Amino acid sequence: MINAYTTNTLTYNSELCTGCKMCSTVCPQAVFAQEKQIARIVNPESCIECGACQRNCPTGAIFVESGVGCAYAMMYAALTGKKEPTCGGEDEPSCCCSSDN
Amino acid sequence: MKPKTNTQQRPTDIPVVTHHITPADRWDHFVAHWGVNRRGRRVKPGLYALGKPTGDSPVLVTANYTLSFDALRSASAGFDCYIMVLDTKGINVWCAAGKETFGTEELVHRIEITALSTIVDHRILILPQLGASGVAAHEVKSRTGFSVEYGPIRAKDLQEYLKTREATPEMRRVRFDLLDRLILIPVELVHFLLPMVIAAIVLYFLGGPQVAAASIVAILAGTVIFPLVLPWIPTPNFSTKGFLLGIVVILPFALALLWDNPETMVWQRAGKALAIALAFPPVTAFLALNFTGSTPITSKSGVECEIHTYIPIMAWMFGGGLVVTVILLILNILGGVL
Repeated sequence: MINAYTTNTLTYNSELCTGCKMCSTVCPQAVFAQEKQIARIVNPESCIECGACQRNCPTGAIFVESGVGCAYAMMYAALTGKKEPTCGGEDEPSCCCSSDN
Repeated sequence: MKPKTNTQQRPTDIPVVTHHITPADRWDHFVAHWGVNRRGRRVKPGLYALGKPTGDSPVLVTANYTLSFDALRSASAGFDCYIMVLDTKGINVWCAAGKETFGTEELVHRIEITALSTIVDHRILILPQLGASGVAAHEVKSRTGFSVEYGPIRAKDLQEYLKTREATPEMRRVRFDLLDRLILIPVELVHFLLPMVIAAIVLYFLGGPQVAAASIVAILAGTVIFPLVLPWIPTPNFSTKGFLLGIVVILPFALALLWDNPETMVWQRAGKALAIALAFPPVTAFLALNFTGSTPITSKSGVECEIHTYIPIMAWMFGGGLVVTVILLILNILGGVL
């Protein structure tokens, strides 16, 4: 049985880490943990590619190709010829956008 | 540099709001979950005083979606604070952060035009953790002097956070509990109600009441049952979960079609059963796959992989069901003629 969610685009260069703990703070899936003053990926398969760690890493040690994990938005983008699938815009799909968070 | 005094809010101009959620607010939240006027739930962006904040009071940042704003208002009960509402075009924090309307630029802009540094004495902003994918804390700090603290994911943990200013690992983990999933069902249902009714009417005349009922069940399985049972279907992917669920709910209909109506010929009954067994489970699977967008637990890579792997299977199965249906219709017409 294929598990579509075991691979993702998250990469991390620990040599650039300054131990600021931002990645482990912002990650909603506990992918990062702090060990010996630097961050370590402890839960790679849980990454949902939200991009929070990359954006909040001050030294650029983290890379992840972030985007919406929404099939409807992706198929909509593919069918309408848009490059980047997005949701929640004026004339875009907004399946997720009724939640309260 | 001359300050832009005309666009700045003075403390006396700051609108005051309360922690209280009125029955009217609750009703509005309820209809929002049914998809009514989804674009219209906007709070005016800017700074708000919640209770009687002073220069030392915390500043909480949120989206200008009324449900986000109200969740923050009620969750911070007992604390006097400022709420800074970013212009996210009426979209919640998580979705808006994904497209950066809840983002660094908007936050920096909002700090400037509300003249926040003249209103509070400290230099700390509390943002919801799910806003972090749009906001670079270090950039906000270097551009405005304000430090960003990421608060808990869920509004219900805000009380604890405001007391301790520390989020436990549990508070930092996104969850997708039964209640979170339950609340999404009405919108899913409203979304697919009309296609469901049309499909059922067409299929009633094409294949009879059992086929029409099976189509309703296939769509309800994908929109109502799927969100409920999501974690308990024992496969990792949404599509395969949907296929399994679709097969389980359609199987009784297929068997009923096979055994009922003994006056018709076996090939007719078998053909009908085959047609719905092929055509309907992929419908449930497709709806299940689309539910990925409503969850905070799927990655872009994973969903792409699902689309490439399972959409062709869904298309072939559904197409196969249509072909069987057409063959059956032709044979029936020929049978009537002969």
